[in-house]
Amino acid sequence: MANLTLVQAVRDALLTEMTLDPRVVLMGEDVGLNGGVFRATEGLQKEFGEDRVMDTPLAESGIIGLACGMAVNGMKPVPEIQFMDFIFPAFDQIVSEVAKLRYRSGGGFTCPMVIRTPYGGGIKGGHYHSQSGEVYFTHTAGLKVVVPSNPYDTKGLLIAAIRDPDPVLFMEPKRLYRSVKGEVPEEAYTVEIGKAQVVRPGKDVTLIAWGAMVPVCLKAAELCEPRGADCEVIDVRTLVPLDEETILESVRKTGRVVIVHEAQKTCGFGAEISALISEEAILSLEAPIVRVTGLDTPFPYTLEHIYLPDPERVALAVGKVKNF
Amino acid sequence: MLEKNSKSKKKKTSSNGHAKAPFVLRPDCLRVLDEANRPNTKVEPKLSKEVLIRMYRQMQMTRFFDERGMLLQRQGRIGFYVPSFGQEAIQIGTSAALKQNDWIFPSYREPGVFISRGASLFEMLCNLWGNASDVCKGRQMPVHYSFSDLRLFSVSSPISTQVIQAVGASLASKIRKEKDVAITYFGDGGTSENDFHTGLTFAGVMKTPTVFICTNNQFAISVPTAKQTAAERIADKAIGYGMPGVAVDGNDVLAVYAATQEAVDRARRGEGPTLIECVTFRMGPHSSSDDPTRYRDSKMYDAWAKRDPIQRFRQYLEGKKLWDAKKQEELEKELKATLAEAVEKAEKEPAPSIETLFEDVYEQPTAQLLRQQEALQKEQELRGKFENTSEAFPL
Repeated sequence: MANLTLVQAVRDALLTEMTLDPRVVLMGEDVGLNGGVFRATEGLQKEFGEDRVMDTPLAESGIIGLACGMAVNGMKPVPEIQFMDFIFPAFDQIVSEVAKLRYRSGGGFTCPMVIRTPYGGGIKGGHYHSQSGEVYFTHTAGLKVVVPSNPYDTKGLLIAAIRDPDPVLFMEPKRLYRSVKGEVPEEAYTVEIGKAQVVRPGKDVTLIAWGAMVPVCLKAAELCEPRGADCEVIDVRTLVPLDEETILESVRKTGRVVIVHEAQKTCGFGAEISALISEEAILSLEAPIVRVTGLDTPFPYTLEHIYLPDPERVALAVGKVKNF
Repeated sequence: MLEKNSKSKKKKTSSNGHAKAPFVLRPDCLRVLDEANRPNTKVEPKLSKEVLIRMYRQMQMTRFFDERGMLLQRQGRIGFYVPSFGQEAIQIGTSAALKQNDWIFPSYREPGVFISRGASLFEMLCNLWGNASDVCKGRQMPVHYSFSDLRLFSVSSPISTQVIQAVGASLASKIRKEKDVAITYFGDGGTSENDFHTGLTFAGVMKTPTVFICTNNQFAISVPTAKQTAAERIADKAIGYGMPGVAVDGNDVLAVYAATQEAVDRARRGEGPTLIECVTFRMGPHSSSDDPTRYRDSKMYDAWAKRDPIQRFRQYLEGKKLWDAKKQEELEKELKATLAEAVEKAEKEPAPSIETLFEDVYEQPTAQLLRQQEALQKEQELRGKFENTSEAFPL
């Protein structure tokens, strides 16, 4: 066991899988010599050579299109998009090509790859280094969308994603890159894609979150305890495919739900989870489902701490559903 | 069944920048055949009799396939078709320079490339119906073929997405030190797309074994090349990407073959990519939904009609005593019969089953997909048949 930060767990997963599988190749802006702007690929080019860790020209659509062709021809690419805010030039390649290839070719061609990208706010990144763009991709059939919240899950989920037969968007909560540490086994292991985890059991209110909002919810749960609400916190971990059972089981127990995400409210993934709960567990509900989310504004710079959900805002929402 | 737009009474003015000049093939184009279809022996590729005749057969089959595709659409038997009339030399000339293991990333106007690689006519036709024997299980519009076992990549509708993908496929071959190259096709309009730029940028930097074939047929639906680029020649764009660029007479199959062979050899030797601009003219409509008389001067059509690539190649073969009217008659009979048989068989295939809707989204269906499938089955039991309410494309 090593005590690693989340970004070290990313690197550890890549190192582990590249050692085990010569088809795994990395590509992106600054991922080679410089080891990535967040150092997620530090030293890997030296270890595996320039053919397997490639500094590419500065073009996100090119990075994903290249990875698509490589995957079609037998490689296992793990392209990095330096910030999720820069993924949009590659939207067509991801949505129209990578995600649909298996389907449109009747299963003849596939392009399994893991698109790694740091996402989210709380690092003074302004609106082009802070966005949470998950729903652009959860709305795309053929993609899986994974968001870890701690170092152990990061390594296990990233290895699972690399071994997955389908393309995976792997969103890394960059706010947690160095702010959380945890025990990470040195060997290869996987955390199953499509399984949520109850990270704090509770009986009164279910808090549902992913990525950087998981620690926010855990802190909120601590705030709520002396205020008389025992919160259960679910780390969704995989948005697509969603582990509906873990969510519904908790809702059936508590009857009260707060969903927390950084992305703006309208059409955020919280809306999908909320709809799921109404469709499948409406008779268990004791209060309306409440969402604590980013605002329906572009992501701000100076006032980002006000834009982003924090433990107190979540705790206030818990009070609202508890006392409904 | 070329477009008879020479009969059109509508004449477009040239004031809006639309093509106006009568035909003159740009002098920079590599050519083997002159305008009288005599070969320039200095550049004439040395191909065996068998190869020449095979190429001719494939060009002819491509023409017949296109004629049949358009006819089936006009008869209302299929919903849509994209013909490649006049572009047969590019498709067959490039294909003939490839090895069977080379990767092909086509656009949607390359039926001849599929025919040449050996795709089954029956399966191609099943794609036009989108039926149960369509490799793509009826999920795409007609002409979006995909043959993974032949390394014929799945055709996409968004333009030029395949260009950068071909670079990726050829990079994978290069990394594994295999000798396969990748060839990719796109039009003059396609060179305006982002993926053309990234494709050639990456290929130049990474020195991948990729051959880029630009079919400059002078129109992207209705928009002429002059409105796509201010560059004099698309081939000139190559210099900006650090690779050779050549222009060829796209209606001269021997010139196309010679240029492609040279590019493929360079790629296989590890010397990197090449851009080939094949100058031609789209003799048909953009698709079965398009009417080129709305935007195209019939003089251009008439001028290019005199340069029909199949006729030109036939004259070349006749000059070599490899072809004659009797052989032509037999070939037409044979190819048309083969095609008719495949059409008859393909048309009888049923539609794909409802369950196929849920296959191949992921390798394994998710719980959500399985539940949606179950719900749909229940709906079907409840209501019986589903009424087909689709309007004709594109209205």
